Amino acid sequence: MTEYALEVEHLRKTFGEHVAVDGVSFALRPGGSLAVVGESGSGKTTTARMLVGLERPDSGRIRVAGRDRSNAARGRATRLARAREIQMVFQDPYLSLDPRVTVAACVEEPLRLHFAMTPAERRARRDELLARVGLGEREADALPRRLSGGQRQRVAIARALATEPKVLILDEATAALDVSIQAQILDLLAEIRRDTGVGYLFVTHNLALVRHVADDILVLYQGRVVESGPTRDVLTAPEHPYTRLLLHSVPRPGWDPAGIAADRRALATALRKTPPAPAPDRASERRSVTP
Amino acid sequence: MTTRLLEIENLTVRLAAGKAARPILDGVSLHVERGEAVGLVGESGSGKSVTCRSVLGLLPEGSRASGGVRVDGEDILTMSSTRLRDLRRRGVSMIFQDPRASINPMRRIGDFVAEGMRAGGVPQKDALKRAEELLESVGIREPRAALRRYPHEFSGGMLQRVMIAGALAGGPRLLLADEPTTALDVTTQAEVVSILTGLRAERDMGMLFVTHDLELAAAICDRIYVMYAGRIVEAQSTEGLFSRPRHPYTSGLLAATPRLESDQPPHGVPGRPVSLAEAPSGCAFAARCAHARPGCTEHEPGPREIDGAQVACLRAEELIHD
Amino acid sequence: MTAVPLQRRRLLAPLARIAGGDKLVTAALAVLAVLIVAAVFAPWIAPHDPDAVDLSATLSGSTPEHLLGADQSGRDVLSRLIFGARTGLLGPLVVVIVSTLLGMLIGVAAAWHGGVVDSVLSRAMELIFSFPALLLAIILVAVFGVGLTAPVIAMSVAYAPYVGRLARSVALQEKARPYIQAYKVQGWSGWVICVKHLLPNIAPLILAQSAINFGYALMDLAALSFLGFGVQPPTADWGAMINEGSPSLLQGAMLPALAPGVAIVITVVAFSIVGESIADRVARREQ
Repeated sequence: MTEYALEVEHLRKTFGEHVAVDGVSFALRPGGSLAVVGESGSGKTTTARMLVGLERPDSGRIRVAGRDRSNAARGRATRLARAREIQMVFQDPYLSLDPRVTVAACVEEPLRLHFAMTPAERRARRDELLARVGLGEREADALPRRLSGGQRQRVAIARALATEPKVLILDEATAALDVSIQAQILDLLAEIRRDTGVGYLFVTHNLALVRHVADDILVLYQGRVVESGPTRDVLTAPEHPYTRLLLHSVPRPGWDPAGIAADRRALATALRKTPPAPAPDRASERRSVTP
Repeated sequence: MTTRLLEIENLTVRLAAGKAARPILDGVSLHVERGEAVGLVGESGSGKSVTCRSVLGLLPEGSRASGGVRVDGEDILTMSSTRLRDLRRRGVSMIFQDPRASINPMRRIGDFVAEGMRAGGVPQKDALKRAEELLESVGIREPRAALRRYPHEFSGGMLQRVMIAGALAGGPRLLLADEPTTALDVTTQAEVVSILTGLRAERDMGMLFVTHDLELAAAICDRIYVMYAGRIVEAQSTEGLFSRPRHPYTSGLLAATPRLESDQPPHGVPGRPVSLAEAPSGCAFAARCAHARPGCTEHEPGPREIDGAQVACLRAEELIHD
Repeated sequence: MTAVPLQRRRLLAPLARIAGGDKLVTAALAVLAVLIVAAVFAPWIAPHDPDAVDLSATLSGSTPEHLLGADQSGRDVLSRLIFGARTGLLGPLVVVIVSTLLGMLIGVAAAWHGGVVDSVLSRAMELIFSFPALLLAIILVAVFGVGLTAPVIAMSVAYAPYVGRLARSVALQEKARPYIQAYKVQGWSGWVICVKHLLPNIAPLILAQSAINFGYALMDLAALSFLGFGVQPPTADWGAMINEGSPSLLQGAMLPALAPGVAIVITVVAFSIVGESIADRVARREQ
């Protein structure tokens, strides 16, 4: 049996009365790329935050590289072990770097925390990581405010790669960037995955993007998985009406926004009557839930 | 020849004061005909929002503008403030990106939609009646009850509809939409766009739709202007722009946009978008352009007409961008 | 003739640079610089011994020998004013340092842990808020006796919640920022994140508040001295000087009471201006 880089079973999280994530299950193979797709309120961000330990799940299991990470880290050792397995790149490059820390220091910090290195080794590794994301000495000395959005996101990626994680969560990591820059970052990410074998979990609302970056896809709606499977299959023959609605919502020439608006209302009415049942499945197998 | 609904001619804006002095727009010309939907597309720093706001006479603080911004032949830049206020109330309306930041959270929805009419001398009762009709036309359920509710009781998508209703209150001929759906979810975006385009067609309004999303502009607009570093680099019909982009920046943008229906992975444009202030001499895009020649950095290319397209590129005739 | 303004400009230049070219802030910084110099070098600057009695000059008004006149006991007002800057600045300095440290600790701890810790600390701050600072000082005087110690402890405690409340609200905002979360994901402990990243980023705003507090603390301590609970005569202190000088007002001698009063007002205003300017600068940088 292959060991998954990341395995999630029946994850559930409530905030007061509100059920944010409801029985979400999926798995990511080592070096794979999975997209968790949904709109605001779908539970995609809460799911991501539970994976890196920023939120505590009410129930369910999270296994990273075969080790159980369902519970909040107790003590320094588990906290560090988890950080070496899974890392995250945040959406807003303007808020995800400490404004007072230079690029070089920002990348060196996790190295200092996680590895016993001499200062010279650390500097060498830092330069290697920065070169990896296309940044040079000039950027290394700079504070974040001297950098463009794209450059900052490169720093955030280098920082996340510093602990050599098995899984990298990309939480709308290119959504705040200009289109021409987004494509550069996507190229960079593809290259890194090829070279290092890190697995990606893309958290996004953008299906057109998913089409080009993810092997498998998981569609969330109101905290539940409504459809999952290989990206190509799901996007060419979506089975769940919500997936279809998301697909049709992507603007393009010949787009019919009025039709989408009608579908959206119909779906909301249908789902209010019968909420979707949780789908226990692996993303690599084809599943969907009938509303 | 009849006058155009909106005609921006050779608009140049620069911040004049002190340390912040820098150019923002350079010789921007565009027009919108009556009942026409026109897209203005660009990345950060391109000057698309400044251009759009200039139509309401909203220029950045401390800036100086030259050129002309005419609505129905009347120049905004030289207009008296009374006339400008009147025009904002009745002739031209604007929809902003973030409805939650643009609607006063302390006031009721009804007051927001009716305030322009009230200021124009419409009695309270008639204005609220009209506001109710407008809320209904943008698809707000139970519009009468909605009049008495507050912004925080609405979702982002619903609030954007309220903003559209407010924009329509004065019966404008020209609608300015500055990234009106960027803050919304994709399915909500579709819904808001459908309301916007439906009402625009029904009321025969002209619309200038500002966005960073070329695909969205293509889905809505008849013609598209592409801006880069404070200048317009290309203007074409939507079909023309997609089938035969003339400017290397336009084709770069098209190639960089991930597409559902295409197997071609998105391809980045090297470098990053610059603003006019950072732009070197000559063509501002030259440093990122795969087709640039030494001449490109020497002369700033003026717009030329090629097969119905306006292009500002020295090599526009030679290149085939597809 | 031109030499004097030129020299003055050269002296003010570094202050103007710190002030970012703002004339009012430059003036405020200059006032503070003069005060600090006066406090530190008082024995060398003061024309007379502050406690030396010259009975011939009693309530003399301004003379070449005593520029600001002499008080009821014939002591030189200017010299007492200069020496008074020592206790005048030292007391508030201690108050500001202690209350800032205490307030930051409480505020950041409340914001970082949330839940029960937040409730307990917030209630504690409210409790101190609702207790009149001067009353607290008077109670402590009963314990420690008169002098600077009791008022300084009382003010340090009383001012801590002002800092704490501000620290809590800015720390709450800062804590929600992704860069803080990124450090958590990297595996740093909350303690390290707070000390190395959160605190330095909120410090400028807290500093602005503390600068304003400095002025108020100076005023409160002077008030306590005036009431006789603080610095005791014959030590030169602005509050005590006003107290000692006030009977002379009836005899038409304004300077012994007025001079320290004006000194207090100017100092408080200067600290307020500097504090506001720091806060403005932080706000501009946030944009």
